[in-house]
Amino acid sequence: MTHSLVQFTYVVATALFVFSLHWMNDPKTARRGVFAGVAAMLLAVIATWIQPEVVHHGWIIVAIIAGFVVGIPLSMVPLTAVPQRTALSHAFGGLAAGLVGTAKYYLWLGEGGAELTAFRMTAIIAEILLGFLTFTGSLMAAGKLQELKWIPQRPVTYPGQNVTNIGLLIVAAVIGIMLIVSPTAAWAPKLFPVVIGLALVFGVLLIIPIGGADMPTVISILNSYAGLSAVAMGFVLDNKLLITAGALDGSSGLILSIIMCRAMNRSFANVLFGAFGQVQTAKQLGEGKVYKPETIEGASQVLEQANLVVIIPGYGMAVAQAQHKVRELYDQLKKRGVTVKFAIHPVAGRMPGHMNVLLAEADIPYTDLVEMGDINPDMPQCDVALVVGANDVVNPVARYDKTSPIYGMPIIDADKAKTVYAIKRSKNPGFAGIDNELYFSDKTWMLFGDAKKVIGDLVKQLTDSGGIH
Amino acid sequence: MSRCSIRRTAVAALAWVVCGWVVAGRAYAQEAPPAHAEQPFDYWSMVFVFLLATFIGIGVIRRVSRLLHTPLMSLTNAISAIAVVGSIIVTGSDYPNEIRLLGVVALFASMTNIVSGFLITDRMLKMFKTTRREEKK
Repeated sequence: MTHSLVQFTYVVATALFVFSLHWMNDPKTARRGVFAGVAAMLLAVIATWIQPEVVHHGWIIVAIIAGFVVGIPLSMVPLTAVPQRTALSHAFGGLAAGLVGTAKYYLWLGEGGAELTAFRMTAIIAEILLGFLTFTGSLMAAGKLQELKWIPQRPVTYPGQNVTNIGLLIVAAVIGIMLIVSPTAAWAPKLFPVVIGLALVFGVLLIIPIGGADMPTVISILNSYAGLSAVAMGFVLDNKLLITAGALDGSSGLILSIIMCRAMNRSFANVLFGAFGQVQTAKQLGEGKVYKPETIEGASQVLEQANLVVIIPGYGMAVAQAQHKVRELYDQLKKRGVTVKFAIHPVAGRMPGHMNVLLAEADIPYTDLVEMGDINPDMPQCDVALVVGANDVVNPVARYDKTSPIYGMPIIDADKAKTVYAIKRSKNPGFAGIDNELYFSDKTWMLFGDAKKVIGDLVKQLTDSGGIH
Repeated sequence: MSRCSIRRTAVAALAWVVCGWVVAGRAYAQEAPPAHAEQPFDYWSMVFVFLLATFIGIGVIRRVSRLLHTPLMSLTNAISAIAVVGSIIVTGSDYPNEIRLLGVVALFASMTNIVSGFLITDRMLKMFKTTRREEKK
């Protein structure tokens, strides 16, 4: 009877998970989605715990308490650190899957190996490969995002990188197949850790050639892998809840990766095989090009007199933590009857939707956050485009220069606005390592400095000149 | 309003579970199969489940608002921590201690994901509003 109870609860949990994701289609119902997810998870945990084979409870309780102790602080991180936290939790997900797979293999091996059918062995190998490569890969990604000193930020590439990576994967797959064919051979328990080791190394090698601008895609792919490793665990344990929930996560990662790929004009295969992030030889623009700097006073005057101002945020806004200052600027301009919209490029920032969360944190209504495809037709009517720490996503080179590494990437048409102000920390080129033609355009004026400070100064200028109100 | 609908969802879910348990209990009380009946290992049905769940996932996720992609990722993160189910079985069963120890670490990792994933998702979603909090509306 317990079996039916458990299965029934799993069915309800699955339905709740689907609803949970369904409610995410609108910010109005999204919080209900979290609630449904929590309920489903609670049911799943209880239903599993009451199964007759679960006889030891002490360690379970300790592990759950430890999970709370670590999990609660992890949920309090500042929103600029959300990409790191997300990568870290992909790592935890991968680790859990890998460890359960390992445990099950040695358990069944110890029982004589009769349970180790070819199907199960295939699932176990898939689980540990996906699990452990997600573990180290996500740890590397989290380290890069956190800008830890001992992890190189810039892409690390060397000749034959793809050959090495794919070779390593083939070796792991061959050993995996050997294990699937004869899981109980004398050498099997010794080769099993080799597969784990290869998966761990492969995860690191997969991530080191990746630069910051590719992180949104990579995080999405790792998300998908973490989900698929849970699916594999479901196959190992004959547990359909694991399969359904893992598949939901896997497909979510898949969709996000596809969206990110499209937004960068990369093929999915290109990203999957780790060929991305290769160092591109930057094509320098002519020597004669110069930036035209603008003063705070001048910029604030033009902003004040505009009808439509479009703010284009990028990763630079997140680094400078400028979102609250941006909100103050938004308020000042709104007060003067200026229409202010935010143009959000899908890959702006370090993870999908990163800019939206930061701007929502700064209390900007989400109705003013506009997607790239919806804002571009309005750009010719835009009086001022204010670029805050964005670079490649507004580079017009992407439209016509076939030699450029970002050629074909859809961009926000900032160059079609009547005036462009670009806030930039330094004169260095952006992450793709290429000069931005927009900055040398006739109608572009540069505001050099930290985004937070520059916008703060603009706000101050507007407040002073605006007098009371 | 949203609080009310949350409560309604909770009540509905709970009602479903209770009904199901009662029905299942009645149906199986007489038959009383052995508690540990050996289930045939039907892997084809699992492949079907995987396929269909993936299609449902794709269908549902495609409609998720682009505004919410970051919370979506932290939510699916928490959902994929369903690995907690496998971890509990490995940790709590009567297995050798070395194996259970692997389960403990896995359980800790999944539990961390569940707790932090759901909490941070909710924290982010609270920030998405159509109107400003200062405005009287």
